[in-house]
Amino acid sequence: MILNDYLILSAILFCIGLIGVIRRKNLLMLFFASEIMLNAVNIGLAAISKFHGDLSGQMFAFFIIAVAASEVAIGLGLLILTYKRKNSLSLDNLQSMGG
Amino acid sequence: MEKLLYIALFAPLVGSLFAAMYGNTPKKLITGLFTSTMLGLSMIASLILLFWTMTGNVVHVRMLDWIVIGGVDVPFGFIVDQVSAVMMVVVTIVSTMVHIHSIGYMDHDRSFNRFFSYLSAFVFSMMILVMSDNFLGLFIGWEGVGLCSWLLIGFWYHKGDKPLVKDIHNSPFSTLSPHSSISPAFAANEAFITNRVADLGMLVGIFIIYWNLGTFQYDEVFANIGSLSTTTIVAIAIFLFIGAMGKSAQFPFNQWLANAMEGPTPVSALIHAATMVTAGVYLVIRANEIFTIVPEVGMFIAGLGAFVAIFAASQALVATNMKKIIAFSTLSQLGYMFVAAGLGAYWVALFHLAMHAFFKSVLFLGAGNVMHAMNDEINIKKMGGLFKHMPKTGTIMIIASIALAGIFPLAGFFSKDLILEVAFGTHSYIIWGVLWLTAGLTAFYSFRLIMYVFFGKEKYHEYGYHPHETYGFVIAAMAPLAILSIVAGWTKGSYVHMITDVLPPLNIHLDSSTAWTLIVITTAIVIAGIALAVFKYRKNNSYFGEQMKDRFCYKLLANQYYMPHFFENVVLKPYLAMSRFSWKEIDLKIVDTIVDAIAKSIYSTGSEGRVIQTRNLSTALRWMAAGLLVLVVLSILLVSYK
Repeated sequence: MILNDYLILSAILFCIGLIGVIRRKNLLMLFFASEIMLNAVNIGLAAISKFHGDLSGQMFAFFIIAVAASEVAIGLGLLILTYKRKNSLSLDNLQSMGG
Repeated sequence: MEKLLYIALFAPLVGSLFAAMYGNTPKKLITGLFTSTMLGLSMIASLILLFWTMTGNVVHVRMLDWIVIGGVDVPFGFIVDQVSAVMMVVVTIVSTMVHIHSIGYMDHDRSFNRFFSYLSAFVFSMMILVMSDNFLGLFIGWEGVGLCSWLLIGFWYHKGDKPLVKDIHNSPFSTLSPHSSISPAFAANEAFITNRVADLGMLVGIFIIYWNLGTFQYDEVFANIGSLSTTTIVAIAIFLFIGAMGKSAQFPFNQWLANAMEGPTPVSALIHAATMVTAGVYLVIRANEIFTIVPEVGMFIAGLGAFVAIFAASQALVATNMKKIIAFSTLSQLGYMFVAAGLGAYWVALFHLAMHAFFKSVLFLGAGNVMHAMNDEINIKKMGGLFKHMPKTGTIMIIASIALAGIFPLAGFFSKDLILEVAFGTHSYIIWGVLWLTAGLTAFYSFRLIMYVFFGKEKYHEYGYHPHETYGFVIAAMAPLAILSIVAGWTKGSYVHMITDVLPPLNIHLDSSTAWTLIVITTAIVIAGIALAVFKYRKNNSYFGEQMKDRFCYKLLANQYYMPHFFENVVLKPYLAMSRFSWKEIDLKIVDTIVDAIAKSIYSTGSEGRVIQTRNLSTALRWMAAGLLVLVVLSILLVSYK
């Protein structure tokens, strides 16, 4: 396995996440999609770190995992609140800030 | 002595600031009294300084550094030598009396306090102008005088514009109408703008001096002026004289002076006698070292002076606007001063300036009394027989008129005769002839005014006026000036002795028989002028018959040689058209369009772009992804181009 394979995997995952972010209407699914994108980046960082023999990439990946975990905790809390208020998590029903 | 210098200089400023504190409040007598006291203090200090300089002393102080950068060193420095001491004394004596007179004249004016603030500021500016020891300080005073004249000429700014009618008895351009100008605001702007134009010339002159000599100080400039090329000196002299022409209202900058009669009468007295028009003459006298080197410029100055002398005197012949007659006579006498200065007789010019200040100020103050008594009537043909009601004002004005005409032994005789002698003695016979004729005209129109106002049939009854003599203190303020217009000429001997320390002595050779002949024929034409004025009035009760009034020359004089019409049609109207064109075509259609287009394009990007705000997070995310894509493509392109 060479570095490129990992990076291609990372790019594919990122694109899947991106498409999810764009296409999905459910906020929960948007969260999942954004987690996929974060982990795509993590794969890239870990791979480059391994092939360059530099640990800072992996450290960054850990940081991202930690930040993502806390973000998910807050995000899910907000989602629950939103659901209690609006009874729906569809983006089409959450249009409040118009230009 | 330094303390006295500071008192003389700053006392008027203190008075002005004090009165300014009450600027917006109703009349407070204290402002008038305080400013007059301050002026009196300044006058006493100036008199002591004059006696001090008489013995050959000079007070020169450097009060503060002003501009000290690299090689430039301009201090706030002041000098009191014989020339500035004479000017200071003249300015402060006249101003003090004008201040006291104004307490009476402005009695019922609602802006009493403001008036005194301006009046004292005017004197302060003039004192700076006179006492400065460098050209930049002089320029500050020069501009201050211009500003204060603007404030005072336009003092009654609330008066509206008069229509420009063709009728010669109502047109603001005619000297037969009761209107001195279109409006006080117009007259003030005219005076200020005319002076600005001329001041530019003066500023250029000062810059040339600095460019070539690297200093503004009088003593250093005059010591080194000889080292410059003749062309440069001629340029300096011409540009400085352009400035003097503006302030002293020489042709073609003369229109503002007669129109400035829109201001209150004490202001006219101040402008004409002490604080403004004399500044130009003072500049030429002060810079005499420059003008002496270039006699060609001097000849031009003298020629212009003689022209203005007769040009103004002729306009005064037919005018019925009392103040304008006196204004024209000032213009004419300024012509005399410039003749003397141009012919190199600087001390004679200064002497005439001083003599003229006394009798001209008192003439104006007298005119103010008459107008006050007649409810601001200005047409001398509506007066007549006022001597009975106003004997003191009448006597003072007659004395001043005799002095102006130049009858022995009054002040005007000594100075005016000297100018004629100088003109004859330097073989400028044409100038002499013009001045000689002007002397006759001066006598005639002065007494025409006196006769119309004070003698003959009492015409004011028809117009419902009830004339009365003015306050006693006002007459008391005029008395010293009247006495000075009698006796000031007698000081000639000691004056000459003192002044020739700093100004070049006369360089004319007239044997005594020629001099006596000159005196006799000058006095003859003066007496003839007076006699003509008196007897013609006794006989006809008027001067110019009806058939005369249709003649072209009468209309020419009454319309001030059509100079106001000329300026209106050749300068003002095209300027207005040009301004309108620039406004409508250039400013609105080009400049504004560009600015508006920029604003509109930014505005429309906003209003067009707001549609992407659909309130839907999904759409926003799509836009974000699209933006990300664009950025990625852009960075890839950038990297691959490197």
